[in-house]
Amino acid sequence: MTTAAYTDLLHLAAGLQLLCAVGAVWRRQLGPSVRLLSAQGTALAAIPFVSGLYRHEGHLVGVALAVLVLRGGMLPWLVSRLVPTIVRPAADWTDSGRYAGSDLDLDLDVPGSGSAMRPEPHAHDDPEETREPTPLVSTTVSLLLTAALTALAYAVSRPLVTLDPSPATHAAPAALAVILIGLLVLTTRRRAVSQVIGFLTLDNGIAALAFLLTSGVPLVVELGASLDLLLAVLVVAALTGRMRVKFGGTDLGELQELHE
Amino acid sequence: MTDTATAVSTAVTTTPWVTAAMITPLLAPLAGAVVVGAAGWRRATGCASVAAAVATLVSGGILAAAVGSGHVFAAGRLLRADALTAVMTIVIGAVATLATWGSIAYLDTERARGHTTSAHARTYGILVNLFLATMALAVLANNLGVVWVAVEGTTVATAFLVGHRRTRASLEATWKYVIICSVGIALAFLGTVVLYFASVHAGAAAAGGGGLDFDTLAAAAPHLDPDVTRLAVALLLLGYGTKAGLAPFHTWLADAHSQAPAPVSALMSGVLLSVAFTTLLRVKVISDGALGPGFLRAGLLTLGLATLLVAALLLVGQRDYKRMLAYSSQEHMGLLAVAAAAGTDLAIAALLLHVLAHGLGKSVLFLSAGHLQLAHDSTAIADARGVLARGPLLGAVFGVGLVALLGLPPFALFSSEVGIARGAADAHLAGPLVAALIAMLVAFVALTRRGIDLLLGPAAPDGPALRLRPTVAAPLVVGVVACVALGLTAGPLEHLLTTAGGLLAPR
Repeated sequence: MTTAAYTDLLHLAAGLQLLCAVGAVWRRQLGPSVRLLSAQGTALAAIPFVSGLYRHEGHLVGVALAVLVLRGGMLPWLVSRLVPTIVRPAADWTDSGRYAGSDLDLDLDVPGSGSAMRPEPHAHDDPEETREPTPLVSTTVSLLLTAALTALAYAVSRPLVTLDPSPATHAAPAALAVILIGLLVLTTRRRAVSQVIGFLTLDNGIAALAFLLTSGVPLVVELGASLDLLLAVLVVAALTGRMRVKFGGTDLGELQELHE
Repeated sequence: MTDTATAVSTAVTTTPWVTAAMITPLLAPLAGAVVVGAAGWRRATGCASVAAAVATLVSGGILAAAVGSGHVFAAGRLLRADALTAVMTIVIGAVATLATWGSIAYLDTERARGHTTSAHARTYGILVNLFLATMALAVLANNLGVVWVAVEGTTVATAFLVGHRRTRASLEATWKYVIICSVGIALAFLGTVVLYFASVHAGAAAAGGGGLDFDTLAAAAPHLDPDVTRLAVALLLLGYGTKAGLAPFHTWLADAHSQAPAPVSALMSGVLLSVAFTTLLRVKVISDGALGPGFLRAGLLTLGLATLLVAALLLVGQRDYKRMLAYSSQEHMGLLAVAAAAGTDLAIAALLLHVLAHGLGKSVLFLSAGHLQLAHDSTAIADARGVLARGPLLGAVFGVGLVALLGLPPFALFSSEVGIARGAADAHLAGPLVAALIAMLVAFVALTRRGIDLLLGPAAPDGPALRLRPTVAAPLVVGVVACVALGLTAGPLEHLLTTAGGLLAPR
């Protein structure tokens, strides 16, 4: 691979990831948002893949495949299982006197369990649960904020680029922009699933930055961090399930009991 | 003071005993989790969990004796222990002993009242043990990245513990806790990545060891690019600060600590916050070496004073005794930040004594609060007034815990607070010190008034009697005895604390 092609592909991947993040700000339908998340993970996996090919480092290609499976496939799939929200009958919980579920309750709304009671994605009865309710910040304002955050990312990441000007670090501002956009989504959305999408966007941005700056973190850290991420998403998935049982929906505006 | 050299300790020969003492805090709780998982939560498996906690405590003691002013490695340099590790292992072991012991009675009572089932008690037992193992890893790991993995692991392990009571409020608290802490800690990961970039660029990774090992980073600190390191340190401060309950991302703390079952609150307030804070002390060594002590000092002072102010204001007019204890923890974390900002040998030694004394005192208080909550089915001060008249022992334990927490002599928080104040004065931080003292005075008055109201206020006529069976009272009494003993003499600990202070203070 020539250096020019490597630079182009690397920047294309980082740019696509940023575009997907912007798309998540733009779309309020949860379904497309999850598909954008998957595309974002795939674009992220392209970064170590391209670097691995260019530098003939086989382990980076291996890491790229693992990232593709985790962030392009597994995590978006877990999130997508949360989208076709069904308002589970309250009797489900009260009759048995406890949550349906195993000891850890991890199987609530986690794939592979309880699928018998899950209707087809298109057959649920509450269309409002599949999209963001009226947003706290309007889409136009959000997109303007996105532009501002991207500019901010370029300003903040200047020391990174100056320290080691290379094709990879020149793409670092894009990764930082993805991180900031993830934070924006996380703070301005009210649906539980949207917050998870925001969190994963943030996390994808950090992973992209790690690949761009140092070709990733040491393997033991990479493995541990991936395991933590997977477990955290499983925890959040289980919590979303509980929330649906307790609150009859996943509008986080309902969470108002605890305050000073 | 840009030419500050970082304190460098020397490696000490590792003996099999020391290796065992480093691995036990990880493996003993894991074994406890397996035992509870296999046999369910009952008195015997509960005792196995207590045994795991005691093993951690003993390991901390062995490490304290072995490391001296140097450090030791185990498991192929993945684990590293120095005086700070020994102190934190002791704190984890001590608070965990009280909390797991208290869990036996707590879960018994909950089960007797139908608040929990055997399955949920088993989940609780497994997760508490995993929680202890992740905290031990966070203080023993020799790599900033692995520390991050462990600290995020504590969030995962405690999520369902906070939600153990399965009420709407506990679910809300769990959601906020998981999201805010995961995002905060994600910022810390970003900081770790940026620091790794600086470290790799300074040639640290090639020099042997990973580019994120503590010794490598400390040695490379003077060669790290200042601009990149500033960015990294700021992110690490915000990230671990979130997990340590420092403002501005402290909002999860009172919710999670008040909704979690009492023994878990004791662990979260008593050790988890300080474990997260310890990581900042490790970062401080690197930051001081690369940027001089001024940069992180400014950050710690800003966050610390903001935290003290917020906590003091929220303590005034607090109507819920568990939230009151939670905000008090936040107040103490703010004080730790001020102590770390001072950063002298004396201030750091006092900081670590403060961590231990606060951990013990807060455990006693949260465990007592748990019995109050079980008896009244409420955490409102108004519902539980007149504790001392209805249950003299419980009232006395709560009262002694409160006096210890308020920092009155002869308890250890008195000497640690004096030490922190002297350290801050030595570091010419008179202004911030005065601000901190004013906030602490407000908190002192608020806590005293609420405490007196709770203990001596007029009891409701139908208030339940608060008699404790001896087995239930035992962990509380042991905790009180430990608080008093620590106040009367720090004993051999004093040398350990001074050594740790010497390791962490900039030379």
